[in-house]
Formats: sequence, C-alpha cells, structure tokens
Amino acid sequence: MAERERSHTRPLGGVFVAHSQVLSPPDVQRALTRMAHEVVERNGGVEDIVVIGLQTGGVPLSARMAEILGHIEGATLPVGCLDVAFYRDDIGLRPVLPEAVTNIPVDLAGKVVVLVDDVLFTGRTIRAALNALNDFGRARSVQLAVMVDRGHRELPIRPDYVGKNLPTRREEMVDVGDEGVWIGTLEHK
Amino acid sequence: MRPHHLLSIADLGRDGIAEVLSVAEAFAEVERRSMPKVPTLRGKVVATLFFEESTRTRLSFETAAKRLSADVLSLAVASSSVKKGESLRDTVETVEAMGIDALIIRHASAGAPHRVAAWATRARVINAGDGWHEHPTQALLDCFTVRQVLAERKGAAPEELGVDCFEGLRVLIVGDIRHSRVARSEVLAYSALGARVTLAAPGSLLPPSLEGWPVTVASDFDAALGDTDVVSLLRLQAERGSGSFVPSLREYTAGWGLTARRVALLGDEAIVTHPGPMVRGVEIASEVADLPRTVVTQQVTNGVAVRMAILFLLLGGEWPGVHADG
Repeated sequence: MAERERSHTRPLGGVFVAHSQVLSPPDVQRALTRMAHEVVERNGGVEDIVVIGLQTGGVPLSARMAEILGHIEGATLPVGCLDVAFYRDDIGLRPVLPEAVTNIPVDLAGKVVVLVDDVLFTGRTIRAALNALNDFGRARSVQLAVMVDRGHRELPIRPDYVGKNLPTRREEMVDVGDEGVWIGTLEHK
Repeated sequence: MRPHHLLSIADLGRDGIAEVLSVAEAFAEVERRSMPKVPTLRGKVVATLFFEESTRTRLSFETAAKRLSADVLSLAVASSSVKKGESLRDTVETVEAMGIDALIIRHASAGAPHRVAAWATRARVINAGDGWHEHPTQALLDCFTVRQVLAERKGAAPEELGVDCFEGLRVLIVGDIRHSRVARSEVLAYSALGARVTLAAPGSLLPPSLEGWPVTVASDFDAALGDTDVVSLLRLQAERGSGSFVPSLREYTAGWGLTARRVALLGDEAIVTHPGPMVRGVEIASEVADLPRTVVTQQVTNGVAVRMAILFLLLGGEWPGVHADG
C-alpha cells in the first residue's frame, strides 16, 4: 500500500506508512455484513434505526452498513454524518476539516442511533460524539459499531459491534480505507 | 501559522481568509440546528470593549461567543470608568487582569486595536472597527455572503467553490470610501482573493491618496454598473463629517445613490451588499434595498457564523498535555 497523507492528524502531521494488512477489502465487507446482522438481531429489525457515521473515517462505512441493513430488512434507513470538532476536549490539536460536515437528517428523539467509526482508540471521539448527539434530540439508545478496536481506552467506552479486535502499540497507527485495514506508523516529514 | 490577533485583513492573506470562510461554513451548519450552541469555548471569557456605538457588530460578536459557550462581558463605555478619565491602556489592563481571553474592540481612532494588542499579555485582540482604518470581520462576512450566493446559483455547496470563485470577480465599492473602514478591509480582502476592485465616489469622498491600493477608480459610475458582479454600497459617515464633503444629500443621491434607474443598469446576476446600517433614500433607494439581489439580511445572519469562526480560530487550542488521536 502506498504512503498516504494523514491530514486529520495535523498539526502532528506526517505520512502513514503501512506495514502489514490486517483485513482485505472483502474481509471488511464480510465484517460489515456480520455487524449489520448483529444490529438486526439485537434490535429485532431496523425500525427506528438511524445510522450515523463519524467524520471522516466512519462516513463511508456507515453508508455501506446502512445499505446492508436495508438489504437485509428490505427497508431504507436514514443515514447521517457527524463532525465532532466543536465538541472535542483537544480543540486546536485537530483542525476543522472543510470536507467534514455534519448532517443529521432526522430528529433523533426516540430513535436508535447506530454510530459508526473506523477505529476505536482512546474513546475521546466517541465521548465528543455522544455530547454532540444530545443536541439533536434524545435518542432512545445509542449503539457503537467500529471496524477496528485497537485498545488503549482513556474513557469507559466500549463498542457494541466490532469488525476486528486488534491489539496495538500506542505509537502504531491503523488505517481503514478502500484498500482494507492496514497497520503502520505515522512518519514525520 | 495563524495570527495571534485579528487587527487587519492583511494578517490573514489569501490562505487565512480561505480558512476563515471554510470554518465559518461549519458554524453556519451549527446555526441551522434547532439547538444552535456548541461547547467549544467553554471556560473562555470574551470581552467586548466598544468605544463607539454599534448595534449589529456588538450583538453579532456576543451571539457568536455565546453560541460557542464562552462567557461574555460587555463594557458599556458610557457607564464605565472611561467616563471618569481612565486611559485606554489602564482600561485594557484592568480588563485583562480579570483573566479575559479575547478583547473585541471598536474605537474611533485608527490603530487603537493595534495599541491594545501591543499591551495585551495574554488576551487575543479582535478589531471590530477602528476609525477610518479597518473592519476585518465585516469584509470577511461580505466575502462569505458573496460566495454563498454564487454557490446557491450554481447549486453547489459554498465549500466546493473554495476561494477560486473570487478570481476575476468584478467588485464595485461605492460611496464614502474616504471615511469607511469597511471599504479598506474589503479592498484588502477581495483583492487578496483575486477579485478586481473598482471604487466609485465623488472626488471629495475618495481618500487623499490611493497610492499602493490595488484598485481602479471608475470615471463613470453608471457605465461601471454594467460591468460589475458585486456592488458594495457604503453609508455616508455623517458622524465622521461626511456631510461637509458633499453639497447636499439630495445631490449625493442623484450622483452616487443606487436608485431604481441605476439598478436597471446592473447585470441580472449582480449582487448588492451593504454593511448596514442602511440609510434608505440616500445611498440606496428603498425599493432597491428590498430586491432579492440585495443581501443585507443574509450578511447579518452570516456575521454570526463568521465571528464564531474567528473566535474559534483565535481561541481554540492551547490544551497542553493532550495528544491528537483517538
């Protein structure tokens, strides 16, 4: 896999250098399909479910997850995306990305939100996302789906649906993209 | 590198303006929510120090700060120690001693915010208008509004246009340029973004020297209107003595007001902006002020998002000991 610019880790900055592949693109698709079935099983269907992807890594995954859910149950699910930049506790360390928009298509009051992200690490993004979701209405429940759980939590947060549990060292980096899931490091320029 | 203060549009440059517009777009989304408030600047204190009267700028800054969850202190100069003879420097030191993170200052003297910025030890200083000099946030919200209109017409998101949409845009600034801080900031902002700026005003209301200004002066106002994408109207600054620079208001309107007759000379797509407060019947005819192409209300709405972006860019950050991932 080629080196990839990780803009959203600015101002630390740097280039993601991949070392080894953890999941191939078909593996990612299978994991998503399995997680979607778990969502249906746990909620007894897809009624009231709203799928929300976290900017930026969770957004493509959330769209695919919603598509699979819709396929399983023969329904169309509302899909949204959420940028948590204004809710973070480390504001300034991350830039506000122009492409990272928030779009919640429905009032979340009474809904079951399935929050989708690519990598679960310290848990701070999810903490911020839970705060942000509150401002869009009181959801009946919020469930968390992540493609990779890499450990190193700093807050009491756990995922409900996991693509892959991946023990990592703190300084390593996990990248989820069109080329599957890769583990590597962030090399400074 | 971001500037420490916002004193002049020149502090930002093309990239800085682009960043402000982009962040403001994110805040415009926050404003459209049913609960338009985010916790971003919780614990920060913002003070407004207005040594000159203002309605919209002050309200706009205070609304912006409150929507970011900052605490807002507003110093009403009329009832403050300034009236007892306290100097600007002592006022600033007093306010700063209370642990204020941002000082938003408007002053009748050009350069006052620059002086305050030199004295301030920790507070960020934002120029909300200094004399005839600059009013940077107004110019930024004008650019933001123009881009929003251009994007809407293309059926695109403003973000997709970047700042390239300003390249070659023909901007005509009309009126009391001599006494207008908005004009100076607009000239800097629009020209930094690649727009072609033309000024139209009676000779007495042009600055004594335009040396170094990246502008041309229209010899024929009516002819210039046909060649314009954005008309920026300015108010006659009566409080700065504009009245003695024109023979009479009626004559001013006849020569330089945007009347119904002149609006007909504009292209169909031309946008009319005005920083407010408008004086209907003088620089703008009442029916022109109410045309859809006149975007004054949109400018006021956008002012909040743009000022949220400025506060966020200046005050966000400074959280030591946290790493940026997860």
